[in-house]
Amino acid sequence: MGVATYKGPFGKAQAERLLWRAGFGARAGEAEALAKLGLKRAVRALTRPAAYQLVGPDPRDERNRPIAPVDAIGHDHLSWLDRMVRTNAPLVERMTLVWHDWFATSNQGVGSQRLMLDQIELFRLNALGSFKDILLGVTKDPAMLVWLNGNQNVRRRPNENYARELMELFTLGANRGAYTETDVREQARALTGWRGNVANRQSTAFTFEPARFDATSKTIFGKTGNFNWQDACQLCLDHKLHPSFFVTKLWSYFVPTKLDAATAKSLQELYASRRVRPVVEAILMHPALYDGPRMVTPPVVFNAGLLRMRGRYVDTSTWWTLGRQAGQQLFYPPDVGGWDDTRWLDTATFRGRWFIAALAQADGGMPSDSPRDPAKLVERALGFWGSPTITSTTQGLLRAFAAAQLKRKESPANVETALRRLVASSPDLHAV
Amino acid sequence: MSCNDCDRSDRFRRAAAAGNGLPAIEPGMPTPAGTGMTRRAFLSRSAGLALAVYGGNGLGSLALDDGIAQAAATAPADQRVLVSIFMNGGIDALSLLFPAGDPQYYTLRPNIAIAQNLGRAFPEDDRLRWHPSADGLATLHAEGKVSVIQAIGYDNSDKSHFTARHYYEVGQTDAHLRTGWLGRYLDRVGAPDNPVQGLTLDTTLHPALATAKVPVATLQGADQYNFAPTPGVPAHRLEASMLQMAANIGAAHKKSTDPGLRLAGQTAYDAHRLYYQLGAFRYGFKSPVSYPSSTDPFPRRLAGLAAMIAGGMPVRVVGLSMGRFDTHAGQPAAFNRDLGLASGSLLAFQRDLEARGIADRVLVHVWSEFGRRGAENASNGTDHGAAGIGFLIGSRVKGEQIGSFPGVSGGLDGQGNVRPSADFRAVYSAVLEQWLDIDAGEVIPGVQAFSRPALLK
Repeated sequence: MGVATYKGPFGKAQAERLLWRAGFGARAGEAEALAKLGLKRAVRALTRPAAYQLVGPDPRDERNRPIAPVDAIGHDHLSWLDRMVRTNAPLVERMTLVWHDWFATSNQGVGSQRLMLDQIELFRLNALGSFKDILLGVTKDPAMLVWLNGNQNVRRRPNENYARELMELFTLGANRGAYTETDVREQARALTGWRGNVANRQSTAFTFEPARFDATSKTIFGKTGNFNWQDACQLCLDHKLHPSFFVTKLWSYFVPTKLDAATAKSLQELYASRRVRPVVEAILMHPALYDGPRMVTPPVVFNAGLLRMRGRYVDTSTWWTLGRQAGQQLFYPPDVGGWDDTRWLDTATFRGRWFIAALAQADGGMPSDSPRDPAKLVERALGFWGSPTITSTTQGLLRAFAAAQLKRKESPANVETALRRLVASSPDLHAV
Repeated sequence: MSCNDCDRSDRFRRAAAAGNGLPAIEPGMPTPAGTGMTRRAFLSRSAGLALAVYGGNGLGSLALDDGIAQAAATAPADQRVLVSIFMNGGIDALSLLFPAGDPQYYTLRPNIAIAQNLGRAFPEDDRLRWHPSADGLATLHAEGKVSVIQAIGYDNSDKSHFTARHYYEVGQTDAHLRTGWLGRYLDRVGAPDNPVQGLTLDTTLHPALATAKVPVATLQGADQYNFAPTPGVPAHRLEASMLQMAANIGAAHKKSTDPGLRLAGQTAYDAHRLYYQLGAFRYGFKSPVSYPSSTDPFPRRLAGLAAMIAGGMPVRVVGLSMGRFDTHAGQPAAFNRDLGLASGSLLAFQRDLEARGIADRVLVHVWSEFGRRGAENASNGTDHGAAGIGFLIGSRVKGEQIGSFPGVSGGLDGQGNVRPSADFRAVYSAVLEQWLDIDAGEVIPGVQAFSRPALLK
């Protein structure tokens, strides 16, 4: 029995939802084109993209200078936002964001934008590939070694920070009986041996030194051997509770409703090879994604989406401060647990999203021939964003707003620009 | 760099540079809420502001039937406030109140133990001394205004930040509960229309304050809830009308059957209410005492909170967080810095409340998700442990320790961690019943079995 597939109509609205969940919203005309492919080909267009390309002008700051991702504060955020906006493979960037949250590493503890960008590149290269490659890669990744003290984990007195999160957050999950406190300590010993550090934003080489490695016997999950860091990862990947942890966590990035037992079982079968793509494809074709409730868009996805809808590119450094205000500064997740994807919206983050919507349309200029017709003004304001699907409730209130402002003798052009702001900050685009 | 400070100064610089001043919503704002501002003055200014901003824009006004103002008008002037402060990362109890009188401590921590002659004595237990950076707490303790919760925790902890923090937030050892213990309290006693009753002063909502029914608010500080202008984002002529309209659109969706639309709608609606209600604080506030100067927003958030409570804001529970106490490596320097700031800020907050004459209304509860391992690790740090430490601070607290320090010679479990002597649910139950005046069982089912410590004088 395979995974259930969505059988309902796959039109513009469904394609828009797919693009928000698996990418960063739709460029003008993109949802319509995707809908024409039908569900299966549409999903595959995302999961099996053409050779990676960035389309459009390079990112600039507000004075038209190139950005400096490695050196300037916040430009790390800008450079990744730019990729989200310009990529021809949105799911690759979206999965990279998933891995950034999954293996949440913060530059707060690393202190090197270079190492952070290198880690993200590891995720990007393996975005839809093998989870084993990702796990082995991140375990010896310099930013991760600094972040969870793997570089200070030496024989005799191990530092168990990485060992615990490897099992709890990355592969097995807490409260499931998957591992014991003894397993944490034994894993920590298996993970000894790495060195390297960052000082004043400059990193040394990160190397494995046999002299720092605890080359004695360890017992992990009831198996005994002289395990090393690769074994530590493999033991987790082979653990019988890993596949269920993996598919449940991955599901939660795309669908807000709970994963049912039958689907979980089928997804685990698709994950037998430890490859990511088949599982993502099945989730993106699942009925729950299309028939189920809306999902609040992460702030950086919301931001990139508005720019894609507009056909605008990164041309100001303000985005990174707004990302922070909206609750998501890339490379600075709140802690190793990542962002809470179920709690993006509160009164504080709403304010950041309000500014993002304001700035995303700020370069649009004053319309010159705005009609004195509320319905037409609303239609034009929607057209400004590539005509996204909006509820009739919101449309009705936008028309009422336009009518009231026109009655107060407000200029139609001002009303139209206000409507642009209101479209972008409507509940319809915060949750899709 | 303090982002709050830079946002603030940038905002004014930008407004000036733009040449057109602040947008229409800003002129005629009330003067900053000072220390002498009365509740009555606050309320009348809020109402006046609401009329000035929204009267006559032709859209109807959510402001005029505002729940926050109503709640402020009807709340008793002696409304008690609970301030919950999270010491993020698992603060090392064995450094904060260190067992100077226990030789085993120096064996477990050859490199990072605090020297025996440092810090102030802890009169309730002659084995313990206050960390030298905890002088503010020691001072308040000497005045009888701090109850130390010794070896707080729960049985069979799994040493995970996330599990432990979640349990403390929801008030139960339940991995799946979505409402916080303070949120459920608000759901029982709160108003359907007063977001500031549950106030998170942080970048995002504290899960302990997550409700199922009534609205709550999150903001970065009393004077940090501005909607226009902000650096880099031009203001629109219709700024105030747009914010109002976004709230109207939100109101139309806040009963939606779709949870995403419902949340987005409710948030837009609450944001608007919060924005104008905080008008009096938008350009700052005055404090009668000085707080530690820091790029960390914590002291300023506390200062703003004192001003808001004194100003009559209808606040019931508040959440803040402080520090990065997950000290796996290089513990001493980071710990000294963050503890010093926390302790100094808490002392200043208490002095502020005293100067404003509202200290009897406020109880501060300081907590962390766990304590740390008895033995140090090889990186001059400590790994995750079990039982930790907490505090209740205020003019009304009993000032006697809750639970007792089990010692590191005999008090460690088989994994080298401190055994719990007080259960967090017992403390929560006591706070709910003795401070917030509600049967704890209504908020935390199944807590009848825990015997409540006496918290108040």
